[in-house]
Amino acid sequence: MIPALAIILVFQLIGEVATRSLGLPLPGPVLGLLLLVLSCTLRPALAEMLRPVVTGILGHLSLFFVPAGVGVVAHLGQFRSDGLAVALALTVSTALAIAAGALVFRAVVRWTGGSEE
Amino acid sequence: MTDAALIWSYLTQGPLLWLTATLIAYWLGDTFFRAMGRQSWANPVLCAVILLACVLGLTGTSYQTYFEGAQFVHFMLGPATVALGMPLYDNLRRVRKAALPLVAALLAGSVTAVVSALAIGKAFGLSEVMLASLAPKSTTAPVAIGIAEGLGGEPTITAVLVLVTGIFGAIIATPLLNALGIRDWRARGFSLGVAAHGIGTARAFQVNETAGAFAGIGMGLNAVLTSIIAPLALRLFG
Repeated sequence: MIPALAIILVFQLIGEVATRSLGLPLPGPVLGLLLLVLSCTLRPALAEMLRPVVTGILGHLSLFFVPAGVGVVAHLGQFRSDGLAVALALTVSTALAIAAGALVFRAVVRWTGGSEE
Repeated sequence: MTDAALIWSYLTQGPLLWLTATLIAYWLGDTFFRAMGRQSWANPVLCAVILLACVLGLTGTSYQTYFEGAQFVHFMLGPATVALGMPLYDNLRRVRKAALPLVAALLAGSVTAVVSALAIGKAFGLSEVMLASLAPKSTTAPVAIGIAEGLGGEPTITAVLVLVTGIFGAIIATPLLNALGIRDWRARGFSLGVAAHGIGTARAFQVNETAGAFAGIGMGLNAVLTSIIAPLALRLFG
């Protein structure tokens, strides 16, 4: 468990250092994510070694954003004044994004002559 | 016997109390979620956040004090983001097979999610901090929080907007996609994963295994793409 956790943290560490020193627009952990995919592709044994710890972390993914979520109490005033605009932006754009993604996916499948699943 | 006020002042100085409270609140939220038959609106994080907000309000505890304990949980967002690479790796073969529709749908969904939210927000005169907090709302929470921090947004607002986006997307996806006549499970799942991250992915898995797998792919790819698109789009509307 400890080696796997250490490797995951190393990916994040490399990601943080690289994005900061190169001025990349990606958050460090996202670069870490890409490094993990790349490393597992080059060495499939690594994926099996990391899997138990990764499964454990991802199984509790939603717990990790509770502390940030609680921070909303410090911004309740802002939501009182901006609430309607934010709610509108959020709901409309989410519906549009789902529709756009699905319609484009279907269009390209038909255009390239692929079959539906 | 020691004074209760003395014990309280001891507890407020260390991380133990609020770390414990965070775990218990999430546990209660998760129990409620299961009891309600895993309905999207009974989201365990939302329940935990409301519960903790009430406790903080009642005890007159500041967010700074709370965060000293909760930061250990918050830190795990980074490693969790790295861990999201694993489902992506597991599905690489399926990604390659449907590469063209995936890339096109990813671009369409991701750009729509960011640009339309910013356009509406801007039209209603939201502040720049609010726009920066809103831009990554369709991305999975750990990444969205990282993006918002980088853009000068308020990570705590982003966390809540991400949650609400996920819950809303999970609730409307099935009726919306039915109305559009989309029957391909890959298209249905993928678009939901792109627009509504992990909560949408969980919903997709409830409906269909293929939809769930593609929702997971959509969530992972969108995490990468939004971190590139959001700064560019924000500059456009800033």
